[in-house]
Amino acid sequence: MSADVQLDDVWIRFGNYVAAKEANIHINEGEFFSFLGPSGCGKTTLLRAVSGFLEPSEGRVLIGGKDMKGIGPNKRPTALIFQNLALFPLMTVWENIAFSLEVQGVDKATRRKKADELLNMVALGDQGDKMPDELSGGQKQRVAIARALAAEPDVLLLDEPLSALDLKLRQHMRTELRQIQQRVGITFIYITHDQGEALTMSDNVAVMSQAVIEQIGDGDAVYNHPETAFVASFVGENNLFAGTVTKVEGDYAYVDTPVGVLKAVNGKRNGKAQLSGGDESYLFVRPESLVIANGESYDNSVKANIQNQEFEGNFWQVFCEVKGSKKLIKMSLINSGGGLNQATGDDVLLGFNADSGIALPKGKLAAE
Amino acid sequence: MQKYWHDYFVRNGKALGIGLLIAVLFWVVVLVIMPQVFMVDFSLRANVPPPEWGTDSHFYTMEHYQYMLYGSANASGTYNVVDLSVFGRTILAAIFVTLIDLALCYPVAYYLAHVAKGGWARLMVLSLIIPFWVNELLRAFSFKIMFGSSGVINNFLVWIGILDQPYDFIHEGVALYAGLSYAYILLMIFPIYNAIESLDKNQIEAAKDMGAGTIKTHLRVVIPHAKPGISSGATMVFMLSLGALAAPQILGGPSSLWFTQIIYQAFNNAGNWARGSAYAIVLLITSIIFVLLVMKFFKVKFGDIAK
Repeated sequence: MSADVQLDDVWIRFGNYVAAKEANIHINEGEFFSFLGPSGCGKTTLLRAVSGFLEPSEGRVLIGGKDMKGIGPNKRPTALIFQNLALFPLMTVWENIAFSLEVQGVDKATRRKKADELLNMVALGDQGDKMPDELSGGQKQRVAIARALAAEPDVLLLDEPLSALDLKLRQHMRTELRQIQQRVGITFIYITHDQGEALTMSDNVAVMSQAVIEQIGDGDAVYNHPETAFVASFVGENNLFAGTVTKVEGDYAYVDTPVGVLKAVNGKRNGKAQLSGGDESYLFVRPESLVIANGESYDNSVKANIQNQEFEGNFWQVFCEVKGSKKLIKMSLINSGGGLNQATGDDVLLGFNADSGIALPKGKLAAE
Repeated sequence: MQKYWHDYFVRNGKALGIGLLIAVLFWVVVLVIMPQVFMVDFSLRANVPPPEWGTDSHFYTMEHYQYMLYGSANASGTYNVVDLSVFGRTILAAIFVTLIDLALCYPVAYYLAHVAKGGWARLMVLSLIIPFWVNELLRAFSFKIMFGSSGVINNFLVWIGILDQPYDFIHEGVALYAGLSYAYILLMIFPIYNAIESLDKNQIEAAKDMGAGTIKTHLRVVIPHAKPGISSGATMVFMLSLGALAAPQILGGPSSLWFTQIIYQAFNNAGNWARGSAYAIVLLITSIIFVLLVMKFFKVKFGDIAK
């Protein structure tokens, strides 16, 4: 069984402090949904409201169409995987997994059988009699997943469960989590501050900052079509040019910035272009959208001087300073094996087309 | 071993090393082992006045242990019913006191550790500690006054109409149990509090999230985690109430005798140090065996109660 989850104008306050503001989200059943945001943005608070450890100050939480008001965490069809996993250290692995069945009064033989099935599913078949502390980080992770699934929840909630793992394992567990989600087919709600996790695993992502949901959409939408300056600066890397809109033409806006007038897509929100002439604007261009213009013409071009180059294997990160200003631009060039033709100190012309840039209303940015 | 001592003196220096060694040896040998050895020795010798100690009349004998079991040789009846029943009653009473303290302290400790917040929790801990700045005897006397036939408690119960006439709390042992439970309550609360406090809150939430109610959560998650603290507290309260003297002396009714009072009488009133020693040794060994058995039953490791 799987269920959809709906947050209906949810506000959460602690005294005067607002932890979540006017959250309206609909998560389809069977969807892998992520909350992405810097720490302290209120994403864990919203998760706790779904799991039932917290009642919203205003608004409703609906799971499978049913209002969850007054229903405690032990009665909700959700299972939560904690950031520190919270495995019971004094129970064996299989007892941990079968705990929800034990609570339901299932007899021991059935419990053991079910636990072994789940252990097989997470590829830990022979580890059932160990204690949690005897397992490695990744194994504990899988036990926590198996334990949460044992209750056969309609919705699985995951509170940054991968944050304690090292990079390699984290990348591996991403794939594994996604596979498990597709196999069991239930709704996953995932909390993370790591955009890589959010983008690779999720069907949809809600980007949050300071209690506010900035944008909801799939990976392509939040990465390529950010609706606010915060989303543009938080998801992925972006070069920022601040300026004033001189004119709007079709789907494009012209922004007068310290490096000249740049043309870019007039960023939309809820399907509507947001900028008009005279507005303060932030214009964003991704490092990978910039190229060195060798005589070709682009909608926008900026004269700059190469300050520094970093070789990252698959990419060169090239840092250029714009002529006549201190503005530093980051450019990522794919390493195709041919070597970089520019040397540090060279003057280059950077180019990008209007479709690669996006102009958004000036707003708060993600902290560097 | 040689290397160990070498390293020890290199690490601490000669003067400090020898000083530490003497201090520890003094503590262990003079303050712990020797008094016990003297007690055992006394308990196994005939009861003679001090001038005759070391002479032939100070011979080894089991008569004091026999006395505890069978009474004096010319007494009627097979067993020393008086002393043995006091002994048994004292153990039962100490168990009872331990259980009362456990029942009181577990919820309070849990509340302090996981429910109360910041300043409020500190205030509660402080209000638990402050009464213990008052001398033990004074506390016992104040309980005697409180539980007396014209004490606050009786007056109150008569006033609200629960009782027709004052109840003899002292004669019925209520005052004694209350006094002993109160005397050692901190020794129960703090080990349990420390144990529960170290429990990750997420564990409790995880249990709840998986459908466990309050009782199940405590039985399966909180209590197993707190077990070392519980056993540490229970051991201390049990041992100390078994060896209590002031509270039973002051709060015990005329008919209820505590085993320590018999030992006290043997030493101070009857002038029979040998019998007093024998009784004390029996009390000590019985209580140790009892504690070990209970620990075995609840699968508590010895190292746990030292936490």
